Amino acid sequence: MEITRKAIDSLRIEHITKRFPGVLACDDISLEIKKGEVLALVGENGAGKTTLMNILMGLYHPDEGSMFINGEKVHFRSPNDAFAYGIGMVHQQYMLVPNLTVLENIALGYKKAWNPLKLNLQMVRDRIDEISAHYGLSVDPDAYIWQLSVGEQQRVELVKTLCLGAEFLILDEPTSALTPQETDELIALLKKMSSELSIIFISHKLQEVKDLSSRVAILRHGKVVFQGNTIDHSSSDIAALMTGHEVNLPQNDAPACTLGPMLQIRNLKVKSDRGFLALDDLSLYVCKGEIVGLAGVSGNGQKELAEAINGLRKVESGEIVFDGVDIANFTPKQVIDCGMGYVPEERNTEGIVPSFSIKENLVLKDVESEKFSNRTFLKNSVIQKNGEDLRTQFDIRSPNIDIAAGSLSGGNIQKVILAREISRNPKFLVAVYPTRGLDMGAAEFIHKQLLQKRNEGVGILLISEELEEITNLSDQVAVIFKGKIQKVIPASEASRRRLGILMAGVEDDEQI
Amino acid sequence: MTFVINILSLGIPFSVALLIASLGEMFNQRAGIFNLGCEGMMAMGAFLGMLVPYLVGQGSYVPGYYNYLGLLLALAVGALLGLVFGVVVVTFRAPQGIAGIGMQMFGVGTAGTLFRHFIGGTQSVPGINVAPIPLLSDIPVLGVLFFNHNPLVYVAFLMVPSAWYLLFKTPWGLKVRAVGTHPRAADSIGIDVNKVRFQALMVGGALAGLAGAYLSLCQAKMFSDGIIAGRGFIAVALVYFGHWHPVKIMGGALLFTLAQALQLAIQGLGIDFPYEFLVMLPYVMVIIVLAFSRKSQITGPAALGKPFNREIRA
Repeated sequence: MEITRKAIDSLRIEHITKRFPGVLACDDISLEIKKGEVLALVGENGAGKTTLMNILMGLYHPDEGSMFINGEKVHFRSPNDAFAYGIGMVHQQYMLVPNLTVLENIALGYKKAWNPLKLNLQMVRDRIDEISAHYGLSVDPDAYIWQLSVGEQQRVELVKTLCLGAEFLILDEPTSALTPQETDELIALLKKMSSELSIIFISHKLQEVKDLSSRVAILRHGKVVFQGNTIDHSSSDIAALMTGHEVNLPQNDAPACTLGPMLQIRNLKVKSDRGFLALDDLSLYVCKGEIVGLAGVSGNGQKELAEAINGLRKVESGEIVFDGVDIANFTPKQVIDCGMGYVPEERNTEGIVPSFSIKENLVLKDVESEKFSNRTFLKNSVIQKNGEDLRTQFDIRSPNIDIAAGSLSGGNIQKVILAREISRNPKFLVAVYPTRGLDMGAAEFIHKQLLQKRNEGVGILLISEELEEITNLSDQVAVIFKGKIQKVIPASEASRRRLGILMAGVEDDEQI
Repeated sequence: MTFVINILSLGIPFSVALLIASLGEMFNQRAGIFNLGCEGMMAMGAFLGMLVPYLVGQGSYVPGYYNYLGLLLALAVGALLGLVFGVVVVTFRAPQGIAGIGMQMFGVGTAGTLFRHFIGGTQSVPGINVAPIPLLSDIPVLGVLFFNHNPLVYVAFLMVPSAWYLLFKTPWGLKVRAVGTHPRAADSIGIDVNKVRFQALMVGGALAGLAGAYLSLCQAKMFSDGIIAGRGFIAVALVYFGHWHPVKIMGGALLFTLAQALQLAIQGLGIDFPYEFLVMLPYVMVIIVLAFSRKSQITGPAALGKPFNREIRA
C-alpha cells in the first residue's frame, strides 16, 4: 500500500452530518488539517468527537457531507480505505484482541504478510522492530494482550497503527486510562512524533491540549463552535468554550473535621480474583465530614478495598468498623442498610442496569422500601416523581426518564448513580474513579456534589487516579501501594511530585 | 488384551462422525457463532450422502465413486445450510440459540420427509468399506487399531492437524479467532467481520454435512430417522469440552466413543448388570470430566453468540 500512496498534504472535511436514532451526533461539521499539524479536538462527552473520527476512518458513513484529501474528493467505505491513505486511529477503547499476542494483533492488519497458506509472522516481527527502533517504542511481540497493563496496551496500539503505515494519526482520548507518569511519557513521545506525523487528538484535559497541539477545534452538541491557534488561547478560555460557561473546578478549603471516626479499617486482608493477597494488612481511618483521597496506580488493591467495604468481596481477616459496627463479610444488602453509599468503578456494569429505565435505576436500592412499594406492587407514581425530581436536581440530560439508562453518555450515567446514592442520605460514600472519562462540566458537577455531602457530615473515601481531583477534594490523601497504605498525608502537603514518588512505592519520600 | 484391542478398534471409527462435526462446530464458535443446528445439518448430510448411491444402485452393483459423489453432495448441502444460517444470524442478527434449534428441526425434519418420499423403508447401501493400508495394517496390534479402517477415518484424523494449522498458522485462522473474540477490533483494522463469519459457517456446515454422510455411508450403511441420535448436540458440547482446540476436541471425541465401545463390550461379556447403567456411562463420564476440567476464561471466543453491529455503541 505504501507504493501507491501519496503523502497527505491536507485533509479537509465539509458539512459532515451523521444521525443516530434519536441523536444528531455530527451537525454540519467542517474542518481542515494540514501536514505536520497537531489538531486538538476538544468537547464534552457526547459532543460528537468520536463519531467524527470514526467517519474519518471509514467506520461510519456520513449521512451528508464529504471529505477531501489534497483537494480530491474521497469516499471511505471501510478502514482499509483510510489505511490506504495512511490514516490510522488509536481508539479510546483499545482495539486489541485479548487472547492473541501482540504480534498476531498487528499481523491482523498487516496484509503484506498474508500469504494465504501461511501467515508470515517473521515479516511482521521485523516491521515491529523497525517501528520500535525508529520511535523508541518498545513492545514485547510475544506477550498476550491480556497480560499487558493499560499503558503497555496503548503502546501496542500506537505501534500497530504505525506499523500499518499511518502518517496521519488520530488519537481518541489517549491518556484517559493512563497513570500520571504514563501520561507524561506519552505526551513527550507524541511531541517528538509530531515532527514527522500529522496528529488529531481528542482530549478533555486542557493541559495536554496546551502542551501538544498547534491548533484547537471545539465541538459542542455536534457542531464546531470554535477553531483557532492553541497558543492564542488560555486553558480557561477553551474550557469556557467547551462547556458553554465558565468552569471552576471546586476546591476543598473547609477546615478539617473534628467530628470523630466514621469508618475504621484495621489490618484488612482480602484476596484478589487470582488468589493472592490484594490487601495485605491495610488500615485506614475516615472521619465524619472528611474526604480521604486514595491515590495509587490502579491494580494496587483499590478495587478490592471498595468491594470489601461494600460486601462484594470476602474479607480474610481484619475488621471494617462502620459507625461502631464491624461490617466485614456483611452481605451487600446489610452494608447498604447500615447507610453505605457506593459509586462503583464500572459504571455501566456495576452502577446501573443498562437496560432498565433511568427512573428504575434511581430506585434500584429501595424497591422494597415503604416509599416505593407496598411489598406487592411498585408505587409507579412515586417512582415517576422521584425520577423527575432527581433528574432536575442532578441535571441528568435525557429526553425523558423512561429511556434505558445504558443509552446515556458516561457523564449522565454517573449523575444517575450519584443521584441514587446521595438521595438515599448515606452516612458514608465510597466513590471509585467518579469522574473517569468525564468531561469538565460533568466532573465539576460531581465534585461539587461530593464536597457538599462532605460539608453535611458525610465521610467519603475517594478512590482516583487523577491526582488533581484528589488534591482538590481531599482533606487527607492516603497512598496505596501493593495492598498497603504507604502513607497518609494532609492534602496541603500532597504535591504531584511527592504523590508520584509515594505511588511508585518509595516509602521514605521526605529523603528525596 | 484382546478385550482392550476390541474396544479401541471399535471406538476409533465410532468417533469419526463426532470428530468431524465438532471440528466444524469449532470453526463456527471460534468465529463467534453458536451453531446449535449442527444436528440438522448432519441429518441432511446423512440423507443426501446415501441417496446418490441408493438411487444409482437400487439393489444392483454400485461403482465406488458414487459413494464419493454422495459425500460431495453432503459437503455441499452442509455449506449451503451454513450459508442459510448465516443469513439468519449474521445478516439479520437473529438470536443464535433459537435459530439453531430452528435449523436442527428443519434439517432433521426435512431429511426424514425426503427419506420417506424417495426411499420409504429401511434400505441399506453398500457404502464405503474398510480400506486397510498396505504393509502398515500388517503390524501386529497397531495395524488393527490404526490402519484397518475405511478411508474417511484416516481423513478425519488428518483433519485434526489441518484444522490446527488453518486456525493458528494462516491469515484466515487469525481472522476467525479475531472476529470471534473482539469483532470491533477486527472491524477497526479493516476486516470484514460478517464475511469471515459467513466463511466459517460454510466450512462448519460442510463438515457437519460430511459427518452426517459418514454415519449413513460408512457406519450404519443406511439411513433412518434419528440416525444422528443427538451427535450434533454432543459435538457442540465437545467443542466446549475441548476448549476450542482441535487436539483437545479429538481427545474428547475419543474419550466419549471409547466409553461407548467399553459399555458395548461389557454388555457383550454377559455380566449380570442392568445394561441401562452401562448405556449411561459415556454421558456420565463427559459430565464428570466437564465438571472437573480447568475453567479457562481466556481461550474461549469472548464474542460467542453476539451478533456484530458496527453502529451500535458498546
